[in-house]
Amino acid sequence: MLSKTLAMRWLVVLSVFIGLGFGSSTPAHADEFSDAVQALNADNNTDKAAAIEALSATGDERAATVLSALLNGTLFYRQSDGLVVLSKESGNVTILIDPSTMNEVADVSGSEAKKIRINNKLRGQLKGVLGALTLLSKDADKRQNAADEVFKANDPSMLPVLQKAIARESDPDVKGRMLRAQAAIILEYSEDTAARLKAAQTLGEFTDPDISALLGKIANTSTDPEVKKLAKDMQDSVEGRLAAWSFLGNLFQGVSLGSVLLLAAVGLAITFGVMGVINMAHGEMVMLGAYTTFMVQDVIRTHFPAAFDWSLAIAVPAAFLVTGAVGILVERGIIRWLYGRPLETLLATWGLSLMLQQLIRTLFGPTNQEVGNPSWMSGAIETSTGLVLTYNRIWIIVFSLAVLGMLALVTRKTMFGLQMRAVTQNRAMANSMGIRSGWVDALTFALGSGIAGMAGVALSQIDNVSPNLGQTYIIDSFMVVVFGGVGNLWGTLVGAFSLGIVNKFLEPYAGAVLGKIFVLVGIILFIQKRPRGLFALKGRSVEG
Amino acid sequence: MTHQPLLLRIVKEPMAVSLLSVLILAAFLVPMLNLMLPSDSAFHVPSYVVTLLGKYLTYALLALSVDLVWGYCGILSLGHGAFFALGGYAMGMYMMRQIGDRGVYGNAELPDFMVFLNWQELPWYWYGFDSFGFAMLMVVLVPGLLAFVFGWFAFRSRVTGVYLSIITQAMTYALLLAFFRNDMGFGGNNGLTDFKDILGFGLQTDGMRATLFFLSAMAVVTGYLVCRFIVDSRLGRVIVAIRDAESRTRFLGYRVEYYKLFVFTVSAVLAGIAGALYVPQVGIINPSEFSPANSIEIVIWVALGGRGSLTGPIIGALVVNYAKSYFTGALPEVWLFMLGGLFIFSTLFLPKGLVGTKAISDAFEEQRLRLAKFLRPYDYAEGGEGR
Repeated sequence: MLSKTLAMRWLVVLSVFIGLGFGSSTPAHADEFSDAVQALNADNNTDKAAAIEALSATGDERAATVLSALLNGTLFYRQSDGLVVLSKESGNVTILIDPSTMNEVADVSGSEAKKIRINNKLRGQLKGVLGALTLLSKDADKRQNAADEVFKANDPSMLPVLQKAIARESDPDVKGRMLRAQAAIILEYSEDTAARLKAAQTLGEFTDPDISALLGKIANTSTDPEVKKLAKDMQDSVEGRLAAWSFLGNLFQGVSLGSVLLLAAVGLAITFGVMGVINMAHGEMVMLGAYTTFMVQDVIRTHFPAAFDWSLAIAVPAAFLVTGAVGILVERGIIRWLYGRPLETLLATWGLSLMLQQLIRTLFGPTNQEVGNPSWMSGAIETSTGLVLTYNRIWIIVFSLAVLGMLALVTRKTMFGLQMRAVTQNRAMANSMGIRSGWVDALTFALGSGIAGMAGVALSQIDNVSPNLGQTYIIDSFMVVVFGGVGNLWGTLVGAFSLGIVNKFLEPYAGAVLGKIFVLVGIILFIQKRPRGLFALKGRSVEG
Repeated sequence: MTHQPLLLRIVKEPMAVSLLSVLILAAFLVPMLNLMLPSDSAFHVPSYVVTLLGKYLTYALLALSVDLVWGYCGILSLGHGAFFALGGYAMGMYMMRQIGDRGVYGNAELPDFMVFLNWQELPWYWYGFDSFGFAMLMVVLVPGLLAFVFGWFAFRSRVTGVYLSIITQAMTYALLLAFFRNDMGFGGNNGLTDFKDILGFGLQTDGMRATLFFLSAMAVVTGYLVCRFIVDSRLGRVIVAIRDAESRTRFLGYRVEYYKLFVFTVSAVLAGIAGALYVPQVGIINPSEFSPANSIEIVIWVALGGRGSLTGPIIGALVVNYAKSYFTGALPEVWLFMLGGLFIFSTLFLPKGLVGTKAISDAFEEQRLRLAKFLRPYDYAEGGEGR
């Protein structure tokens, strides 16, 4: 409504102007800034480039707004008189603003305002110019980004602005980045050998793949032998540090994969280790957990959108309960008839896994379901050295260790844990001591399944939630359990993390697929040496 | 233990007799009905049915091979699909070489996918596959050798039970990943296909289809006889002893690992032959044959039919695969429920499979007694019972 009345008012003003005989098509304000803005509406890109240069030369603080609008495609001109205007979304109406006065022009219909088109070359120029302009901004974050932009653009024409900014800069971190940008420009474009050597020295202190590439370029192309040699040395030292950082990156990736494997395998370790039951439907329990997350988020989205960040906190116990209940049903319905026949259990649970997959496919369809990341899990810690630690990966590592810790507590410190261990060690004796081993079995299986469900909540954050989710993890989790040894949580921990780390360190050399093949072959060979895994149970229970 | 000739022993078993005679009859009858009758005759067997039945028969041979190790030696292999696929790839490589310059790129030296990947010359492991004899040797040798090496390591270090099952699964999974790679030189994801002929006879001709069907049926019969010979022999007794009490057999002085190795290798060779017969009938071999799910499915054919009997797996493979063809066509949603239910049902309620159910075994036991009386009337004369 507001914009409509405003428009009416402007129409009146406009008609008055026309009535008074000021029907000229040029806008009213004619100062240096508005002329420069107006020049942006040029016919060819060469003229536009000149206009951008001129606008930034005005040093006017409004220039940044106009130029970034041009870059983002929100700078328009009015077809009737060629007046350059900014567009702004206000609610669902678009209003046009005169850049010189920052006042609204009129709400022009979409057909009347035409976008000022730019090409990629102009975009590059704009980014650089904007970088230089914001170098003088009051906000330290903006200055820092600008310094990085200038470094990436590496354009000698920015050197004067940059030097002015360095002189004014007080924040040491931002200053460092500005010096880096300056050094890069000097090293590449300066004629002065001493300055270039100094610049190379400065650059050598940073750890950044871009700098390594720049130094490498100079080392290869420079005609000055001194510069060439220093650039080479500096590149080597940067590369050395980069390698160390990439080692850390690999380590993180490996630990992250390990934590995923740990989550997927720890429930299996319980059912396999404690009960001797091969649960091939374990992957489907993980899948059910992921679908529970989807359901929980769906309810929260439609009824309590504000609580979305809490969705995982609700999904974890919900998934535990759902899959735990399914686990009890499965144990009482199928598995308890098959004790002592592990191979048959394997087949029956495989059949179960097929049915669960098809059930979910029938209910939810075969496509991936959308599961969102809560705000505290999205984003990443990034360093300038190319190391990226995403929050969801970090949280999953924490979560997997927490689950393992809780499980260790349950088995060591609770009555149920005691009974569980008693049944594992000697079922007949436990029975005669009054432990109802049937119920212990059912609860143990429920615990294993419930943990699989919680793993599903975590995996829904990093993987596609589809009926096939479980299939992708089942073989890997078996490898972890077999490698780590049965009936031992430490074995699962060590197994998961070593497989994860080995996998990720092989990947850069062998590629993802070949790396995985090596790991599988490695496990097959390892089993020959230690048929019962890293941490094997000893004594009588082995033959059971 | 009797020392009668193999055939005489089989003749006394009505179930085996019925199954084998049906197979042999079909081996001759189906091709005849297909080739000799005009296509509008009520008894004409369409060519696609011949090929479909031929495919089932190769599955039956595969099931037989799994039963030999699982039903008789207690080794649950979840990787037999790998041997099947390797046999199939060996056959496929021969047929790829037969295409010659009739491929899309018309390169006489290289198969199409290699031209596509810009390879300049044939990799060394493709040498020799243009000879049929060499390829047939490889059909037997490659799965056999893999099984021998794998078994050598696994059985010597006494990997048993579920651990063995899981590493056989790891083996086929690793091969699956490996064959997916284009650099392996086996056609990557797409595998080998577009086959034209074997020994100069076109694959699409009715005569070839009928021949392949005949060969498949006879391969099942031969496979049965071989397995029967093995399990009835002295060696077979030791193998069953290993299944029932491995440690005890070892303590009695038998080198358990060698017996296992022998059965495992023979079984892999059978699976390889099944694969080699399968590929020309379906016209393609690709890495999905290595997928662990496939190998587990074979086990359910055996479990449903009845492990530890040689007729069971053949029946199981035919029944399950017929059901699969029918339901995936008619009610695709239901098939996985059925297959899953089949796994659970047969492990819970049919530990001996279909042939082991009381109704069926009683019926055949009656037949057996009647036959025995007919053959040796004096033993069953009054008072002569229980010689």
